[in-house]
Amino acid sequence: MIELNRICKTFRVAQRSAGMREAAKALFRRTYSEIHALQDVSFCIGDGEMVGYIGPNGAGKSSTIKVMSGILTPDSGSCVIDGCVPWRDRQAHAANIGVVFGQRSQLWWDVPVIDSFELIRDIYRVDEGLYRQSLDELTELLDLSSILRTPTRQLSLGQRMRCEIAASLIHRPRILFLDEPTIGLDAVSKLAVRDFIRRINRERGTTVILTTHDMQDIEALTERIILIGRGRILLDGTLDALKARHSTLRQITVAFTAGTPSPADRPLPAGFSLISASEDRVTVAIDTEIVSVSDAIEGLTRGVDVRDLSVAGQSTDELVVSLYEEFRI
Amino acid sequence: MTAGRGLRPYLSFFRIRFLCGMQYRTAALAGIATQFAWGAMNLLAYRAFYAADPSAFPMTLEQISCYVWFNQAFLTLFMLWFLDADIFAAIRDGGVAYELIRPLDLYRIWFVKNLATRAAKVTLRCLPILVVACVLPKPYGLTLPVSAAAFLLFLVTMLLALVLVVAFCMLIYITTFYTMNPLGVRIVATSMCEFLCGAIVPIPFMPDGLRRVIELTPFAAMQNLPFRIYSGDIAGTELVQGIVLQLFWIAALILLGRLMMRHALRRVVVQGG
Repeated sequence: MIELNRICKTFRVAQRSAGMREAAKALFRRTYSEIHALQDVSFCIGDGEMVGYIGPNGAGKSSTIKVMSGILTPDSGSCVIDGCVPWRDRQAHAANIGVVFGQRSQLWWDVPVIDSFELIRDIYRVDEGLYRQSLDELTELLDLSSILRTPTRQLSLGQRMRCEIAASLIHRPRILFLDEPTIGLDAVSKLAVRDFIRRINRERGTTVILTTHDMQDIEALTERIILIGRGRILLDGTLDALKARHSTLRQITVAFTAGTPSPADRPLPAGFSLISASEDRVTVAIDTEIVSVSDAIEGLTRGVDVRDLSVAGQSTDELVVSLYEEFRI
Repeated sequence: MTAGRGLRPYLSFFRIRFLCGMQYRTAALAGIATQFAWGAMNLLAYRAFYAADPSAFPMTLEQISCYVWFNQAFLTLFMLWFLDADIFAAIRDGGVAYELIRPLDLYRIWFVKNLATRAAKVTLRCLPILVVACVLPKPYGLTLPVSAAAFLLFLVTMLLALVLVVAFCMLIYITTFYTMNPLGVRIVATSMCEFLCGAIVPIPFMPDGLRRVIELTPFAAMQNLPFRIYSGDIAGTELVQGIVLQLFWIAALILLGRLMMRHALRRVVVQGG
C-alpha cells in the first residue's frame, strides 16, 4: 500500500546568462530560481496494482520515484509505504522495494553478471536456497542463461536491461519501481521486458509503478495511469476512461477491389470527413457524437466490394499529446 | 541478527572490489618500475646528505632506507591523493541513487570499497619491491625489524593507519556532495597532506616547530608511525602516544564523516533525471 499525501519539493537552481561577463558577475552574486519539482502530489496505490506514471520531461516523474524509494526528502507532505516513511526508514524500506533506473546501471562493469547478482544477494541477505530459486526463475523468464557469465561491459543494451531488471528482483521485493525500463530497446527486447513485467505482477502480485515515454508500454501493461505535469498530478484514472473521454473520433479504413465503386464516390454526410482516398483504399474520420460506428460502417460499405476494414481510435500517443495540450504542459 | 550476517554485504563489496582491482596487472607492473626508480633516487639523495654530515641526520641511513622502501612498497595503501573516481562520478551524475536504494549504510559501503581498492593495489605491488629491497646491500636495503614486538606493532599500526587514511578520504568524498566539483578539495589534499604525512620527506626531517605541530595531527598517525616503529625510530612512550593519537584520530574522523554524511544525505539532490 502506497500513500502519498501533499508531497512538495522545491529545488533551488543557480541561473546565469551566457557569456564571460555574466559568468564573472555570478562569482559575486548568484541568482537562484526556484523550481517546484513536486506540488501537492497525492495518490494512493493498492497492493498488486500496476500503474503507469506519465508526463513530459521535467514533469516530476523521477522526483516522485526518488521520494518513494527514499533517496529524496520532500520539503513537506507525507508518504507511507507499507508502514515505512521511505526517507526516514531508508534501510528498512529498501529491503521491500526494487528499483530500475533505465538510464543507470547497477551491474558492475568489469565482472560477469553473475558476480553482480551474488553481490546483490549478499546486500539483501537473501538465503542461498531462495537465491537459487529466484535466479532460476529469472534466468528462465528473461532468457539469461547464455549471458550470465559475460562481463556487463560486453552486453548489448537489451541484454543489459534484462539483467538490470533481474537484479532488482533477486530479493523478491513487494514493490517494483521502473523508471523508463524500455528506453532505447529494440522491439524484441521491449516485448520480452513487457511480458516479463506482466508476469511478475500477475504471478507474484508485485506492485509495479512504471514511468515511461513509450505509450505502448502503458497500453500493454497498465490499467491505471497517473498524469503529472509541472509537478502537479493532473489526472488519475484508467486508460480506457481517458480514451473515451478524450476522443470521440474514430478512423475507418476501407480497402476494396480496385476498379469497383468506391465509398468516396457518394458525398459524405455530416459527421464524416475524408482523410485519404486512393483507387483501392479510403480512410474516413467519423465523430461518434454524430454518427455511431455501426451506422458509419454500414453507410461506407453499402454496394462496395470490401476486401478489408479497420476501425481505429485515437492512438495512445495522440491521446497523450492532446492531454499535454489540454493541460498546457 | 548476528554480527556475521550483518557484515556479509560489506564483505561482499570488499570482495568484488578487490577482484576488480586485481585485474590491472600492467598498471601494477608500470607502478612497480616507477616506485623502484623513485625509491632509488630518494636514497641517492639521502646518501649524499649523509656523506656530508651524518650527525645532522635525525635518523640513521638504515632507518631511512627502511622508510623509503616501505613508502614505495605501500604507496598505494597510504597515498592520500588516490581517491576513488567512481565515487566522485556517482555523486556528480547521480549514480549514487543505486547505492542509496540498498538496505545498507552508505558510509560503510564507501569505506569498504576504498579499503578493498587499496588492498588490491598493494597486493599486486608490494611483494616485488619488498623482496628486492631485502637483498639490497646494507645500508641501502631493508633491514630486519628491531624486535618481534616492533614487527607486531608495525603490522597493527599499519592496519590502523590504513583505516585512518580511508576515514580522511571519506571527508573529501562527502564534501563533494556540497561542492559538486571534487577538484578543488582534491588538489589541496594531494599537495598539502602528502607533505604533512611524511610521504615526501619523513617527518623528523622537518623544522622543529612545524614538526611538533604535525605530530599532533592525524597526518603523523598515518604511514609515519608504522614505518618508524619498524626500524626502532619510534619506541617507548613515544610509541604509546602515537597509537593513542592514532586511535583518537580514527574515532574523530569517522565520527565527523558520519555526521557530515547524515547532513549531506538529508539535503542531497540526486543529480540527473
